[in-house]
Order: sequence, then structure tokens, then C-alpha cells
Amino acid sequence: MKAFTYQRVKTPAEAATSAQQHTNAKFIAGGTNLLVLMKLEIETPAHLIDVNGLELDKIEATADGGLRIGALVRNTDLAADARIRRDYGVLSRALVAGASGQLRNQATTAGNLLQRTRCPYFYDTNQPCNKRLPGSGCAALDGFSRQHAVVGTSQACIATHPSDMAVAMRLLDAVIETVSPDGRERKIPIAEFYRAPGNTPHLETVLTPGELIVAVSLPAPLGGTHIYRKVRDRASYAFALVSVAAIIQPDKPGRVALGGVAHQPWRLAEADNAVIQGAQAVSDRLFATAQPTAENEFKIILAQRTLASVLAEARG
Amino acid sequence: MSSQHLTTPVPSMVPISFKVNGIQQQLNVDTRTTLLDALREHLHLTGTKKGCDHGQCGACTVMVNGRRINACLTLAVMQQDAEITTIEGLGNPDELHPLQAAFIKHDGYQCGYCTPGQICSSMAVLEEIKAGIPSHVTHDLVSAPNVTADEIRERMSGNICRCGAYSNILAAIEEYAEGLES
Repeated sequence: MKAFTYQRVKTPAEAATSAQQHTNAKFIAGGTNLLVLMKLEIETPAHLIDVNGLELDKIEATADGGLRIGALVRNTDLAADARIRRDYGVLSRALVAGASGQLRNQATTAGNLLQRTRCPYFYDTNQPCNKRLPGSGCAALDGFSRQHAVVGTSQACIATHPSDMAVAMRLLDAVIETVSPDGRERKIPIAEFYRAPGNTPHLETVLTPGELIVAVSLPAPLGGTHIYRKVRDRASYAFALVSVAAIIQPDKPGRVALGGVAHQPWRLAEADNAVIQGAQAVSDRLFATAQPTAENEFKIILAQRTLASVLAEARG
Repeated sequence: MSSQHLTTPVPSMVPISFKVNGIQQQLNVDTRTTLLDALREHLHLTGTKKGCDHGQCGACTVMVNGRRINACLTLAVMQQDAEITTIEGLGNPDELHPLQAAFIKHDGYQCGYCTPGQICSSMAVLEEIKAGIPSHVTHDLVSAPNVTADEIRERMSGNICRCGAYSNILAAIEEYAEGLES
């Protein structure tokens, strides 16, 4: 690990200002992904800003009937919150499907959204990787790509976003609240938060340097049946091959988002509109632009079957 | 990310104090020191093990402020004023914690390397169930989870045992949990 200076901050403004004053600074909250990346020298910050003292660890009701989740709410606490369990079951289910108990105790809401891909070529610093070293190439394209993305990919990168939580957040139309070093605050709908890989897969979100996530807001509860179904190589503590988050209403329309298939949680309006027609129609729309590799084309069939199972369960 | 560091910056040393197994400790650490390395290399509490050092194996599981975490994935400097419990704080060969005794009785290990992490983790698992925290196998999200074999297996999945002593680990935890209830 490269040496770095370390600072604890007390307010979001202090954090943002510090990020502006130090070149190559990084915020650290849970640290469960960042420290791995620093050990491997994939991330080499010169200055670490510890934001754990910011008191952004509350879940509060909003005026429009939703919830505002502080950026530092730990994954365990979010999954266990009575309001989340009752009104946003898909989010609680997605959280407990991810990582391990130890990691969920440390990992934060904002950090979960910002975690990096688990593509093995991203972590192997001997391999080319456009996400880690822009312009160096992509070892996954001709490598072992069974775990990789099948849709929304580019010739530069076929990495997936690894989060389960983010898939549920996407389904729920969460809004990400930030503060910038100049004091500007903004609210970013999660649909606009992640960037397509294109030729710049190292740029993963629309956040600007020093911009700090302070909260994630959920709109008022949608009702309906909430399901999060994760398919993986072992029964626990593994990343998704495919996951399906769904909210299905009693009269059958609904919405779905997929994990494990793209650089971001994968949800399309035309697929939501097809929920009433069944899994095949939803799958056809979600994967209309898919470009799988020979090793991961099975994910499209797996996703379709998982969707069929989820819709059947929702309809009792 | 793309910048090439031809020289390593001078290490930054920071004073830190926290409580380990009830004893106040003051250290001066390189900012890069993980809590795991602070426990093992600075405080010589080598019961906590370094397996993968990447949060994948659970051998370094300790309790911080009453919650289990991977000690390899947090920096010592991030734990100012924390209260940390390691396997040494649970029991010792002359005075075993009942859960340690249950692991011995049920042969809940072979090489023993993952065992301190398994024991710290299972202590926390039972607390988490008691606190009503749901898991991936909890059927009904809105009612309290129970201490069942399925719940214990799922919640212990962050602790890998490459000797494969899982069934005996489960038996040890179940026996200890039954003792708590009776």
C-alpha cells in the first residue's frame, strides 16, 4: 500500500473542502472495498478523508411519505430497519443477499453504490484493463468471461456492477443527494447516476471530484409484492450471476431490475411495461441490445427463467 | 490510478488509542496499518488470524463496539476510542468460554486457523439473531428470526473453513445457543 496522510472530518462541508485542498484525496467510510484496492495499489490516494464522523447515519421520514437514508447507514442497519422491512422489502432482501455479516456491519449505503467491479482482470494488476489503466485494453473480452456483463457493454469493458443493494435502489427509483466542494447540493436519480462504459470505463458515475454523497432518498412506498431473487455459484456469500428485483402489483403490472448482467443495475421502461405479458416479453426487451460472449450467453437464458420464477411467485 | 509513483511517500505516523479486551491501548501507527496488523504486530494478540487479508475468509473477525467486522478491512486509525474484543478477550486455556469448550467438544476444527474468527463470528451471530436482524434465509421479514441451523449456516458464510469442519462448527454453535436459552 502507498503511504497516505489521514484526516477525520466532522461536517460534509469540511469533507468537501478537504477533498478540494488535497490532490489525489479519497473519502473512506466502511472501507471494505477501498482498502482492498489500496492494498493492491489499484487505488493510490495520497490523502484519506475519514467521513465516519459526519453523523449521516439516520433514516428519516420525508415530507412526501418516503425515507431519507443517511450515506453512512450501515448495510446491516438498513436491512434491519422496521420501515425498510415493512415497506421496501426488496431492499432489505437485496442487502442480506449480499456480502457477509461482517462486511454488512461495516459497509455503508453510499459506499455500496460506489463499490468497484469484481472483474478478476481489474484486480490482477498484471493484466490489461481499461477500467484500471485507461487505454491498456480489456483482458476479459478474450479471457474467462462467465461472470461478466451481457448488455450495456462496450468494446473497452464488459465488467458488471457487483452490488445487490443498488439493484433494489434502482427498482425503487432512489435519489442520490450530494454536496460539492463549492457548497452546491444536487439530487441525482439513480437512473442517471452510473455511466455507460463506452471508451471511458474508468469513469463509473456522474460524481465530480470531491463530490460527497450525503443521503439516498426513497419515494413513498409502492405496495405490491417485493421479491429479490439472486442466482449464484454457491448458496451464500457470492456475487450474482443474475439477480432479479421485482415489485409486482395485485392487478399484475409491476417493475423489474436485474443485477449481474451490466455495468449498472439493469432496468428499462419498456421492460416494465411488458411485465403484464410475462417473463419472455420482459426478457426480450431487457436483452434486445445484448452482446454476450460465448462464455456468458447463458446469463440471458438464466435471467429469463429467473424472471419467470419471480413472476410466478408474485402471482401466487 | 494512472500516475506512476517512482518513490514511495514518507510514511505518515498517527497516534491512536482504543480499548482491546477491556485494556486501554495507545499506539503510534503508520496510517496504512490495518486493525488486524495493529492487534497482531503491535499488541502481539496473535489469536486473531490473517487469512486472505481481503475480507474473503473471515479469519480476522473481531468485535468492534459490539459488532463483528473483518479486522483486515479497517484501518487502526479509523478505530479511535473503539472497544475491541478479540478471541483473547473471550477466554483462555485455563478458563475457556463455553463456546470455546463447545468447539473442542464437537471437534469444530481441524487445523484451527479459522477457529478464532469462527468463534468471534458465532458469538456475534447469536447476538444479531437476538437483535432481530434478518438474514437471506429469514422467511418472514417482519417477524423476528429464530436460532435455526439454516440461520446459523447462512450467517456464518463469511467464515471459511478450508478443512471443512462446518458440520461440527454448526453443532458447537447449536449446543452453545441451546445453553443460552435454557
